[in-house]
Amino acid sequence: MLEGLQKFGRWGLESLESMGRSALFLLQTLLGAVQAPYKIRPILCQIQVIGSGSFLVIFFTGAFVGMVLGLQGYYTLSKYGSSSALGAAVALSLVRELGPVLTALMVIGRTGSAMCAELGIMRISEQIDALDCMAINPYRYLVAPKLIAGLLSIPLLTAVFNLVGVFGGYMVGVVLLHGNGGAYMASMRDSVTAVDLKMCFVKSVCFAFLLVWVCAEHGFWVNRRSWGFGAEGVSRATTSAVVVSSVSVLVADYVITSLMI
Amino acid sequence: MSQSESCIRLIDIHKSFGSQEVLRGVDLDIERGQTTVICGESGQGKSVLLKHILGLVRPDRGRVLVEGEDITRIKGAALNRLRTRFGVLFQGVALFDSMSVFDNIALPLRERSRLPEKEVKKKVLASLKMMDLEGSTDKFPAQLSGGMKKRVGLARALQLEPDILLFDEPTTGLDPVKSHDVYRLFFETQKKLDYTSVIVSHDIPKIFNLADKIAILHQGEVRACLAPEELQRSRDPFVRDFIVRVMGSAHSSKSELSVE
Repeated sequence: MLEGLQKFGRWGLESLESMGRSALFLLQTLLGAVQAPYKIRPILCQIQVIGSGSFLVIFFTGAFVGMVLGLQGYYTLSKYGSSSALGAAVALSLVRELGPVLTALMVIGRTGSAMCAELGIMRISEQIDALDCMAINPYRYLVAPKLIAGLLSIPLLTAVFNLVGVFGGYMVGVVLLHGNGGAYMASMRDSVTAVDLKMCFVKSVCFAFLLVWVCAEHGFWVNRRSWGFGAEGVSRATTSAVVVSSVSVLVADYVITSLMI
Repeated sequence: MSQSESCIRLIDIHKSFGSQEVLRGVDLDIERGQTTVICGESGQGKSVLLKHILGLVRPDRGRVLVEGEDITRIKGAALNRLRTRFGVLFQGVALFDSMSVFDNIALPLRERSRLPEKEVKKKVLASLKMMDLEGSTDKFPAQLSGGMKKRVGLARALQLEPDILLFDEPTTGLDPVKSHDVYRLFFETQKKLDYTSVIVSHDIPKIFNLADKIAILHQGEVRACLAPEELQRSRDPFVRDFIVRVMGSAHSSKSELSVE
């Protein structure tokens, strides 16, 4: 009984410590991001990694998601004689939900895991300590460029996902299945409003913020968790970063949707 | 300021990691302009002690005074200001593996000084020449040998012309020739820059030639802090035993042995 209470207490204290550390990490990163002198080059490098590097993945994911939506939507809507609403169905699904969520999940898989592993290896090989010793703020030097690049790149990648997805839906619904192209475009134009676009933008920014925060924090403080040290610790931190950030994105998706719908 | 004035003072440092008590009341004075070597068996907390001096680890109890300022109590800009006076050569060197040798050495200059890129280049190339690394400018750390990595680390540590240089086992894993190279460079740069140095090392008795003071860390305490010749003459049974164990009885004087 007493042992159980002790375990529960230890778990509670560790959880509180972990939350506090995570909040301080975010605060330090935000302070680092606004701290002069401002250097553009590290941000551009990260935009290349997060943005340009993910372009092809996002392009193909967006295209095939749009094509599947076109295919499923066409047959479902045809049953009710509403195939002319295919454009609206595809565009709203993409803009409101699938675009921001799937973009974030793809970026987590491709870049978030790499971000966590990179910082984790830097931590265990004392590179972050070396920065501290040179009085170079590691939050400003290593993490802030990733956050800024994520906030700039991920909304743009989401826009690409949506655009390619709408085109994919058009290719299947109109070109392959001989639906009405004019109706596809018109229904999309009539149904997608500024509110939907705003929701899409807000979601993509929030997801970018969440994924960089979670993935970078897991790597940065890999030595402060009970995952063991060395390669195993980094590997477990990376797995956890992907799981936690993916779940956080889905939870945040629900919260933002319920607030903005 | 006099030469014998303390540059770094460790006062009653206690540190535990979980249930393991690593440091149990360390007291140590490191004098300005001198070379203090911290030695002791593996797992005695030598590297942890070095991290206390750098402010990377905070003690559970005790104070670390660097130039009169308690590094355990300062944060942010004040801590950074103090750290700019340090140069560090880590045990694993801690070079940035995604950067070339040139960029590694240039990093402190680019981030901590306002030198134009042309001056940075000039300074880094001069350092590379001094460290006999002229052909390795564009190489990455993974392409370097252990000795070359140590020299790159030393060049990086010296870029901001620090007052205090800390070395964590600078010759571990190097053959005798490469160790000699590192010591030669250390000797030359200290003569030139006149920095205070703290070296954690197992390389006994070779390190005695460089040391002004040797501190022996044992079971979480500094058991002795003496000049090398005093250490060899010491009548303290612990010190004598240490000298005999690490250097052999040839280095312990006849008079000492006769006491036993």
